[in-house]
Amino acid sequence: MEIVLIGVNHRTASVEVRERVAFNPEQACRAADELRSRGILEETLVLSTCNRSELYGVPPETQTDSASKMEGFLTSFHRMRPEELNGSLYRHHDADAVRHLFRVAAGLDSLLLGEAEILGQVREAYRLGLEHGATGPVLNRMFQGALEVGKRVRAETEIGARPMSVATAGVKLAERIFGKLRGHTALILGAGSMGEQVVEQMRVRGIARVLVANRSRERGEELARRVSGECVSWENLDRALEWPNILISSVGADERVLTRARIEKAMAARGNRALFLIDLGVPRNIEAEAGELYNVYLYNIDDLSEIVEQNKTARASEVPQVEAIVEEHVEKFQSWQASLEVTWLLEMLREKLHGEREAFLKERLAAMTHLSAEDRERFGQITEELLERLVVSHAERIRADRELRRKLQNLEALRDLFQLSREKH
Amino acid sequence: MHSYLFLLTIGAYAASLVLYLVHLYGDRRLAGQLASFSLAIGLVLHYLVLMERSHQIHAVPYEDLYGSMSLFGWLLALTYLGLELWHRQRSVGAFVAPFVLALFLAAHIPSGSAPHAPPAHGPLFAFHVTLSILAYAAFAISFVLSGIFLVQDRFLRGRKLAPVFWRFPPLELLERMSRSSVWIGLGSMVVGIVSGYVWVHRLTGTIWNPDVKNVVTLLVFGVYGAYILLGRSAAWRGARASALCVFNFVFVMLSYTVVNLYLSHYHRYF
Repeated sequence: MEIVLIGVNHRTASVEVRERVAFNPEQACRAADELRSRGILEETLVLSTCNRSELYGVPPETQTDSASKMEGFLTSFHRMRPEELNGSLYRHHDADAVRHLFRVAAGLDSLLLGEAEILGQVREAYRLGLEHGATGPVLNRMFQGALEVGKRVRAETEIGARPMSVATAGVKLAERIFGKLRGHTALILGAGSMGEQVVEQMRVRGIARVLVANRSRERGEELARRVSGECVSWENLDRALEWPNILISSVGADERVLTRARIEKAMAARGNRALFLIDLGVPRNIEAEAGELYNVYLYNIDDLSEIVEQNKTARASEVPQVEAIVEEHVEKFQSWQASLEVTWLLEMLREKLHGEREAFLKERLAAMTHLSAEDRERFGQITEELLERLVVSHAERIRADRELRRKLQNLEALRDLFQLSREKH
Repeated sequence: MHSYLFLLTIGAYAASLVLYLVHLYGDRRLAGQLASFSLAIGLVLHYLVLMERSHQIHAVPYEDLYGSMSLFGWLLALTYLGLELWHRQRSVGAFVAPFVLALFLAAHIPSGSAPHAPPAHGPLFAFHVTLSILAYAAFAISFVLSGIFLVQDRFLRGRKLAPVFWRFPPLELLERMSRSSVWIGLGSMVVGIVSGYVWVHRLTGTIWNPDVKNVVTLLVFGVYGAYILLGRSAAWRGARASALCVFNFVFVMLSYTVVNLYLSHYHRYF
């Protein structure tokens, strides 16, 4: 039983190459059908996201060099020349393939270390393969293991916690002050893209109302349309400052747009309700002294970037713990795989020895014409029992071995010794 | 008291403390659920300890300072668990559980002498005392919550965000929880005071007796009432309200310790 993986990801291939070898759900199902109908794989699953395209498969026992056949299929499926993928494709076999998938599910192989989205993508790819009937016992077990790894990693480590971009850091900080953003209002000053990113994140988090104020009314309205907000006049900014809980400023201006005095006045008008100011402008839009006002929390782009950097370091420090979880599950999978292998090998061994015993008896008993049919049958029974006692019962001990590495070595030895290759007898 | 019951209660409270800490620092949901479960088990065991104590001295368990502290700890855990379920927020547990454990342990320090059998006071008196201690417990929780608010506010203003910062409850939620807790405290206190006056009236025919505790209790009621009233205006919400809540707890502690032990004639241990 072999597991083969070939693929490209953001580390090995440019976005142009990744685009060309990407699979949509319909293509993934078609590819799985073709791989099986051509006899390249018995079980297969396609994992295709914006950062990777990977083919997982279990080839037939009789097949050799499955990875090359899968590569050939991949290039022909996407109508590419093989050399276009030179240096981009990676291949993994057996435990390495399992480890790779588990690391992917854990977020260790992601562009953004520990990102959670990949786990959903693995789950979706598995669901598609399972429903399509492309997977079998091996890939089912492997992908269920990957989902378990993903869940454990996020529950037991910090790898997926804490914001990793300036936009999410802003949103998370707002949530530290106000809790859930439902029922709250955000005001964006300026039509900068950073401000838009923060508001998009806030929309995802359910912010109730978004207001946009921009010097150019036209651009303000355009941004308001994009973020499903309302445009307020720049001239009415002082009045508008009374409404929001969160203010995001990304105005391209040399002078401070919001001075301490201006915010102090606004705070008095709004009854000192808490106000979270996110200053994304460079040069800064909000006077630093405004952050000293009661119930005003001011963060500028550097503050947010510093949080992101701290979090990146914190996430990286979680990697050893995540790797340990991955290894634990790889070993668990190998143990399961070995128990399957033992059953299969012993079956093969019995079959082979039985065949050889039959041939041997036939040859030797041919000359012993004086033996009755009963005696011949008795000879058969005794030699069968002898074989069981001498060989098979010892081999059975491998099954009971709890030490995985020794078990795998013994299996390999058994395979070599009795020439129980992947070829079916 | 059966030592195994005592040890089991300590074990349950200690387990809840450890699990709340694991939940807070490791962000593990299961640990949080187990922490709440351990606290609930601790509450049941603690209740049995209180009952056993009552049976032994043939009186309410708060007849002396130790019993009063034990009841204080039990009501603190009960109020906290109620708030936790209501607000669905477990990260505060790590700050409340040490108080519960400390009160339980302090309540069972060998006192050197066996508790004296007290005169019977009746159910109204028991009601008065239990509600008064419940009020203390609720104020203690609001003190913890306000303290966390001030620490988190400091983190935010200083832009120094320690890893644990991300797991504290949001400021607005802390304030809401603190306010809920003060409301519980005030409600218990009002009913407790009224039942106390009714009991005194039945006993002596008068309502007022010149006890320092009465004055201090009204003072405590006043400062927490001020906290609620000021909290209605946005200008007082946030750090100011939390600082006031922390400050108010000084009066509660004064009432529970100095006033009870040295100044009051009628309220020795509650």
